[in-house]
Amino acid sequence: MLTDLDPVFLARLQFTFTVAFHILFPAFTIGLASWLAVVEWRLLRTGDKIYEEVYRMWVKIFAVTFGMGVVSGIVLSFQFGTNWSVFSDRTGNVLGPLLGYEVLTAFFLEASFLGIMLFGWDRVSRKMHFASTVIVAFGTLLSAFWILSANSWMQTPQGYEIGEAGILYPTDWLEIIFNPSFPYRLVHMVTAAYLTTAFVVGGVGAYYLFRKQHVRHARVMMGMAMIMAVFVAPAQILFGDFHGLNSFEYQPAKVAAMEGLWETKKGAPMVLFAWPDQAAETNRYAVEIPKVSSLILTHDWEGEVRGLKEWPADERPPVAVVFWSFRIMVGLGVLMALTGLFAIFLFFRKKLFDTRWFQVWCMALTPAGFIAVVAGWFVTEVGRQPWVVYGLIRTAEAASPVGAEQIAPSLAAFIVVYLFIFGAGTYYILRLIAKGPQTEDEVFGTHGVDKPPIFSDMASEKGGDHV
Amino acid sequence: MFDFAGFLDLPLIWYGLIAIAIILYVILDGFGLGMGLLFPFAPTDQCRDRMMNSIAPVWDSNETWLVLGGGGLFAAFPLAYSVLMPALYIPIIIMLLGIIFRGVSFEFRFKAQGRSRKIWDTTFHVGSLTAALMQGMIIGAYVQGFEVEGRHFAGGAFDWLNAYSVMTGVAVVCGYALLGATWLVMKTDGETQEWARKSAAYVMWYVAVFMGLVSVSMPMMNPDIRALWFSYPNYLMLMPVPLLTAILFFVLWFDLQKDREIRPFVLSIGIFLLGYLGIGISLWPWLVPFAISIRDAAAAPTSQSLLLVGIAIMLPVMLAYIGYSYYVFRGKVSHEPYY
Repeated sequence: MLTDLDPVFLARLQFTFTVAFHILFPAFTIGLASWLAVVEWRLLRTGDKIYEEVYRMWVKIFAVTFGMGVVSGIVLSFQFGTNWSVFSDRTGNVLGPLLGYEVLTAFFLEASFLGIMLFGWDRVSRKMHFASTVIVAFGTLLSAFWILSANSWMQTPQGYEIGEAGILYPTDWLEIIFNPSFPYRLVHMVTAAYLTTAFVVGGVGAYYLFRKQHVRHARVMMGMAMIMAVFVAPAQILFGDFHGLNSFEYQPAKVAAMEGLWETKKGAPMVLFAWPDQAAETNRYAVEIPKVSSLILTHDWEGEVRGLKEWPADERPPVAVVFWSFRIMVGLGVLMALTGLFAIFLFFRKKLFDTRWFQVWCMALTPAGFIAVVAGWFVTEVGRQPWVVYGLIRTAEAASPVGAEQIAPSLAAFIVVYLFIFGAGTYYILRLIAKGPQTEDEVFGTHGVDKPPIFSDMASEKGGDHV
Repeated sequence: MFDFAGFLDLPLIWYGLIAIAIILYVILDGFGLGMGLLFPFAPTDQCRDRMMNSIAPVWDSNETWLVLGGGGLFAAFPLAYSVLMPALYIPIIIMLLGIIFRGVSFEFRFKAQGRSRKIWDTTFHVGSLTAALMQGMIIGAYVQGFEVEGRHFAGGAFDWLNAYSVMTGVAVVCGYALLGATWLVMKTDGETQEWARKSAAYVMWYVAVFMGLVSVSMPMMNPDIRALWFSYPNYLMLMPVPLLTAILFFVLWFDLQKDREIRPFVLSIGIFLLGYLGIGISLWPWLVPFAISIRDAAAAPTSQSLLLVGIAIMLPVMLAYIGYSYYVFRGKVSHEPYY
């Protein structure tokens, strides 16, 4: 039975599952590390205990998230070989060094200073501890730099030549690293990570305000998150637009799928909603605004946009997935920018911290960043199909000589294990949030290590509410 | 395009670098995994807290050597990477799942209270055991060689699984337990140290027996390896390897009867290094035994050169801050939380 399944499809499913799962953690920790650095900097500047308490609460959440990110990331570094060995063989000369640099410059840096960040509070000076937080934050950004460079090269490859047996050889490293889509993808992704964190922190702050708990801490969380919503969320829409224009230049088929356009047209419409039908090569139930797609993509009402029919059917991405993922991402982006507008409005009416409906709004948007990141990842990765390296190597030919009878069980195992671990991790994070920041006399084991029973009992009697 | 192939033997250098990354992984994560292997046998919960605390700040950086080994192989020898990974598909996936369970156990255990902590005690042990066993089985499969056609692995899904690889799997489990136990002798005192010393003295015999078995069986299975070790004058030049190993075992045994604290750990590392050296000598010059040599598997000279620049600059920096992080957490570890 298992041998009837298509091994390439299973391998793709496994990679999609493991990478989509993994990306949730860096999306959160990249932003969280930078934010913790800012919080600790405020602590050093002002000496206000409130920042220490906020830091100590969130560093525990950071630890849980980072741990899950590390282990799910190790899986990926092996999966290139276990499931995509032809891809590894053919692109190793180009991509290997980029991934190697990620390990050398970022992974060890993060891992070593994370230990000091989590456990070193009393073992190093305040400044050294702050330096460790900054270094971890810097490491997460370096890591993003290299991995997104490698990923972007798969989208917009250049600086190589093809040798014997289809093996790629590098001809220009700067062209490879700074390939055309890389700057846009890097800015878009790092900003997405910052926004993801901002909406989690803001949502948690709103939850405390809603429940009138930890009000001083909650104002710090909510206030800082709203600064991001006001300034960064609109900027992200702009960055996304630039990224889209870059894809329009280098990967027009992907953009045609995002827009749901089948026919090449001057004055192409913007398809708001539709059900793209890949087999019939048309959209069902389409709601369109005339000419807007051309305006956005070419800055001209009558500009020409190439439709999917320009490409042979076997060179088109799966349209519906790309089309809908794109709408989910953009929709959430608009909601985030709206949050910023509301925040400005409420701020000037001096009601930012005590408007009930806005607290509920922010709580509802807590997972928005995660969903948007995964949706965006789907747009860019599924939009690249049927290629693994755009225009060069097809996904179908890149797979390992490993049969479905091996991949199906491994996929099942990953799903079971990841759901169990993700469930437990989410549970512990929610519990840390429910517990809230610990004020001076409550702090015992700041890394969450068991308190002596007498202290735990006291804390639970107090209900952790000290505002 | 720059490359150093004109004046450097790049494949040889990279072979050495990856060998170093892998042995650093084996030693550093070895004592960490060893902690997980010994975990349920510790006499008290307080011991277990100390064991956990002794590696919590460093396990993440220790495990990164595995990523460097894997990533380095991909970068420097992509052909070997793309043959070995599919060949070892099942043990690698199982090893990764073990590493996942073991890795999340640290943070989850710190957060868990009461009964749920037992869950993470169990995953910590089972995850470590699985990872260690699979790593040993991978070595066992590796030394037996792989079936290769062209640029692909051509064997079956279960080629890696046989009595020999099970034996090497158990051997590595014992070896990691020895590393873990001697690490504890160094990092703890009192009851934990006493128990760790006994455990080390017990498990070291197994390590010795397994190392003997591997040393005898490898030349028996492969005529080339036999010729390498037992022909004159190789015989004389290579004799120090097994001889030194035997001496280290004797010193270790004496040390564990006395109150030496640091030297047993150093000696265990020495034993690992010698065993690793022995395997390396036997398999030279194969990267995928006995099908692809290090020269055939080498990446383009420019690729190896580019990453070599990174290694030359970053390795000293890395070793400095990794050393610093060990320095920050030096000395005996307590069962109390770090703050």
